[in-house]
Amino acid sequence: MERIEGLAKLTGAERYVDDLAVDGCLWGMTVRSPTPRGRIRAVRLGGGVDWSEVVVVDHRDIPGENTVLLIERDQPVLAADRIRHLHEPVVLVAHRSRELARRAAREISIEVDPEPPVLDFTEAPGAERIQHGDDNVFKRIEIVKGDVETALAAAARVVEGTYRTGSQEHVYIEPQGMLAWVEDGTAVVKGSLQCPYYVHKAMVHALGRGAEQVRVIQAPTGGGFGGKEEYPSMIALHAALLALKAGRPVKIVYDRGEDMVATTKRHPAWIRHRTAVDGEGRLVAQDIEVVMDGGAYVTLSPVVLSRGVIHAAGPYACDHVRIRGRAVLTNSPPHGAFRGFGAPQTIFANERHMDRVAAAIGMDPIEFRRRNLIGDGQSTATGQVIRDGTDRVAVLDRAVLVSRWEERSGEHRAFNATHPYLRRGLGVSCFHHGAGFTGGGEVALASRLDVAGLPDGRVEIRSANIEMGQGTLTVFTQIAAGRLGLKPADVVIAEADTARVPNSGPTVASRTAMVVGRLVELACDDLRRRLGLTDDDRGERVREALVRWHDSHAGEPVGRAEYERPPGIEWDDHTYHGDAYAAFAWSVQVAEVEVDLRTCGARVTDFVAVQEVGRVLNPTLARGQIQGGVVQGIGWALMEDCRWEDGAMANGQLTNYVIPTSEDVPPIQVVFLENPFPHGAQGAKGIGELPIDGPAPAVANAVARATGADPLEIPVTPERLAALLETTSRTADPRVA
Amino acid sequence: MSPEAGARLQVDFTLNGSPIRIDVDPADRLLDTLRYGLGLTGTKEGCGEGECGACTVHLDGVPVMSCLVPAWQAGGRRVRTIESIPPDRVRPLLGTGATQCGACTPGVVMTAIWIAENPAVLASHTIRELMAGNLCRCTGYDGICEGVEAMLATAGAS
Repeated sequence: MERIEGLAKLTGAERYVDDLAVDGCLWGMTVRSPTPRGRIRAVRLGGGVDWSEVVVVDHRDIPGENTVLLIERDQPVLAADRIRHLHEPVVLVAHRSRELARRAAREISIEVDPEPPVLDFTEAPGAERIQHGDDNVFKRIEIVKGDVETALAAAARVVEGTYRTGSQEHVYIEPQGMLAWVEDGTAVVKGSLQCPYYVHKAMVHALGRGAEQVRVIQAPTGGGFGGKEEYPSMIALHAALLALKAGRPVKIVYDRGEDMVATTKRHPAWIRHRTAVDGEGRLVAQDIEVVMDGGAYVTLSPVVLSRGVIHAAGPYACDHVRIRGRAVLTNSPPHGAFRGFGAPQTIFANERHMDRVAAAIGMDPIEFRRRNLIGDGQSTATGQVIRDGTDRVAVLDRAVLVSRWEERSGEHRAFNATHPYLRRGLGVSCFHHGAGFTGGGEVALASRLDVAGLPDGRVEIRSANIEMGQGTLTVFTQIAAGRLGLKPADVVIAEADTARVPNSGPTVASRTAMVVGRLVELACDDLRRRLGLTDDDRGERVREALVRWHDSHAGEPVGRAEYERPPGIEWDDHTYHGDAYAAFAWSVQVAEVEVDLRTCGARVTDFVAVQEVGRVLNPTLARGQIQGGVVQGIGWALMEDCRWEDGAMANGQLTNYVIPTSEDVPPIQVVFLENPFPHGAQGAKGIGELPIDGPAPAVANAVARATGADPLEIPVTPERLAALLETTSRTADPRVA
Repeated sequence: MSPEAGARLQVDFTLNGSPIRIDVDPADRLLDTLRYGLGLTGTKEGCGEGECGACTVHLDGVPVMSCLVPAWQAGGRRVRTIESIPPDRVRPLLGTGATQCGACTPGVVMTAIWIAENPAVLASHTIRELMAGNLCRCTGYDGICEGVEAMLATAGAS
């Protein structure tokens, strides 16, 4: 089935928030802190503006509590006295003219008495830099399986490594934006967002209004990748505060520069591995330490850390595992949700490390992974016994086959031996990704979804899960049409409007198709029951029953579904032991790179992604998810380099923060192996985040095999590779492909 | 000749085949004139500095980034936007998965149309090279490049 809203997008007819023309609308702008940390001494309005024409909002205009409600209540909507990061919102302005609003924002100066900031998350802060608890640690997690210390002490061979991953900017092509107005006493926002009910909850809290006096509507969203998971709550509050004060609609649309420097990015991470391995190349013990840079407020860091540590030991069987993680405060804009949600960082370290462990014992990296891949009946680091029946070795073998690993490794050796300045190599990564919220998260969400029968015989899916390019509208339509035997044209999807749709949870965590799609199926079944039909009644019989219902009833029939935990899933959040996820997707990726020793630039020249994601619901959409995720991962691996000054991004422009173009990447070969998951819609498992987990280690491993350099940090920019190659040539490391 | 700052300028040009006359500020970008002045919101702003290509329109038949073109420079010229493209023309891009979130898409389509109408450029450049001025964060570009091929095949067949 083709993408439902595809033609509207291809013809430019789709209306995003910046495309909505609203009579009497004002433009809102945000005035931000000029320093990373301190106390606000004064806020001064300059003389170049007629302030009687400008709506000005500060923290005193917030009717409820001045916090953006998420996990903790520590991040202000508008800073009142303390500044915790550069570009922190302090004052808002609105004016009918966008240019005058911009000028007014520039005319406001915020004077701050500076205090010493924390700018390096790997250093212990001194007492004068403590700002959270007694040690600036937002969250600590420890996962323990077996006895790592004893196993390491007794091991024949221990391999250590320390790895670092840089931040990453989402670069959704549509910048953040929100429109707010007041309608019959209700504060309404409409904008670019992933989680309508997150925004709703934050607005109820900070605006001090009842749930019925707040309404959140998702506008078509031009990409999210996690970047529109939590930050839209902030912008929605800002727009709503201005609209409430102005008594007029207000729109805030960030320009690219503001979006890049002020909103969330991927958590930078530092990861250390100590790994014991036996004479046969089997993992004996994995001791892993993970530190993530949370930025200035808690926001989502505890759960990003959680997913990161759970994935840190990889898809391997090992009896003794200890993973200790912490997320710490720095005076940077908070780091946040980004596709993969902590897992790409720890998977980079683990898969780079596996290559280095294999090399240390003289074993082929493919064979080393084959020997250690987890089998059915074996358990992960959290003690989750895997029994999904997926043939994980087959995933690895297929990647080897499709990439022609053996043959091309030989070709590369011959090429590298003779070419004066080009070096080629293949690299592999092997990983898994848990779908849905971690542990008891899905139970806590208690997602609800409705399917209503319309008078004309069509059905309407009412869900808070949104389309941001990943294909929710199309896949939900397919699922409902398939379940009820209807044509896709007989299924409509309600706008994600909190006044009309129940809370089916956030559009995050690779949960939409698998978890919420399953609710679509169950709600369709419930609708059928309400109509007096059996599960065998399909198509015309459903349509006829709907029309008959409306002939004899006043209201519409609504099938309802609420999340139920699949049987046999147990999780202990205190010990971090148990079934971390209802399902894992499994993947092996192979990257081929070519390094030019004259420029030290590395290019990806071929890429193979093999994955088992349960049943593939829509081959075109699924392929697009994999290819897009892989290319985003290649960008993170090689070129996307956030440069920091005073704790904030200094290269907040697409001119100097470079993402891959079509010319920078090869065609991405995608192979699906399907093993239907019985508790996902039509057998689906999560797919959206999986593909970004693997490219960074596969590419870095390929660079290592091509050149003999040993990159432990990404992005592997030409500058970094040049420095590594200089070291390599001095020490004459013979490890070349 | 550059106009003076602050003056309003009357500009005549051809927009999607029809003559049009508007007043612009010398500082107005063609992008804003199209979007906010004329309500043609199909053209998107992605970066405002000529890097992403989301605002691509045709100026005298050549793709340009409308965020870098002052509106007055459209005077006497032909401007063509995504709104002039009929659905049938872009249908080949649908089947290959060339659009996901859609924010880069109008710019992608305008470049694709230019390639399809000027296939001679393919003698010296690949589709991947020609599409490199349009950043896409969703597709990884395969769906786009295959879509352009499909569009060329359709054009060749008709």
